[in-house]
Amino acid sequence: MKAAVIVFPGSNCDRDLAVALEKAGADVEMVWHKDTALPKGVDLVAVPGGFSFGDYLRCGAIAANSPICGELKAHVARGGYALGICNGFQVLTETGLLPGALRRNAGLKYICRPVELEVVAADTAYTSGYQAGQVITVPIAHHDGNYYVDDAKLAELQGEGRIAFTYVDNPNGSVADIAGVVSRNRRVLGMMPHPERMAEPSHGGTDGKAMFASLMSQMALA
Amino acid sequence: MKARVQVMLKNGVLDPQGEAVRHALGALGFDGVEGVRQGKVIELDLAEGTSEATVTEMCEKLLANTVIESYTIELG
Repeated sequence: MKAAVIVFPGSNCDRDLAVALEKAGADVEMVWHKDTALPKGVDLVAVPGGFSFGDYLRCGAIAANSPICGELKAHVARGGYALGICNGFQVLTETGLLPGALRRNAGLKYICRPVELEVVAADTAYTSGYQAGQVITVPIAHHDGNYYVDDAKLAELQGEGRIAFTYVDNPNGSVADIAGVVSRNRRVLGMMPHPERMAEPSHGGTDGKAMFASLMSQMALA
Repeated sequence: MKARVQVMLKNGVLDPQGEAVRHALGALGFDGVEGVRQGKVIELDLAEGTSEATVTEMCEKLLANTVIESYTIELG
């Protein structure tokens, strides 16, 4: 699998994400936000966590309008895979590649701690290494992770089985406890928790590792 | 010319910051504050003759996230 990790000014999980992908066996290239082309033959574009452009205006809003995001949209339109974690999820909603928006946490506090997630949809390239209903522990670290969709969109997400992860104990006020969603073609995943920070024993747990392993095995089949 | 864009969370979208301000006002002894909504104001310095349609496009493309926010434009 060939993966590109986008780096914006203010990204801070880009290297962690690259390491997690590399350890799963991916060939990873870093891409700068001003670049106007993705590396040839890229299967997965990964948008990392952090505080792109200082979270100015809205989290992810400036990044979503950077030159590389035009390429990201074209990649997804071609049926390519894209993964957005934390700020990356905010960027994917701001580009319109995923529905909804991330609001300020209901408790107004920045929250940084491990949380339990339930794997709701195990039938995606990202989650096939988990069982539906499985509970995993992965850290969150965000101030604006309170997921919002209106009732009609929520019904659509539920009907199409597009809620990938929910919080067992909702930390931020997200609608329907949603922690991560996939696109209609199930190739774009956005999530607030950080699986790349729970991918090897020295992280204190390895519950995130299966996501990267799942991706590798799916890409091998493709 | 100047334009003033006011961006607010849409009605029905919970505004946790507004709620915190409402509680703080109550704690200061201001009774009867039934609701607080917090938004932002963006002032634009524009070339003369810039149309309202252009400012609307700016709002749609960047200044507001219309999934959760509404906006109003004042030209002047």
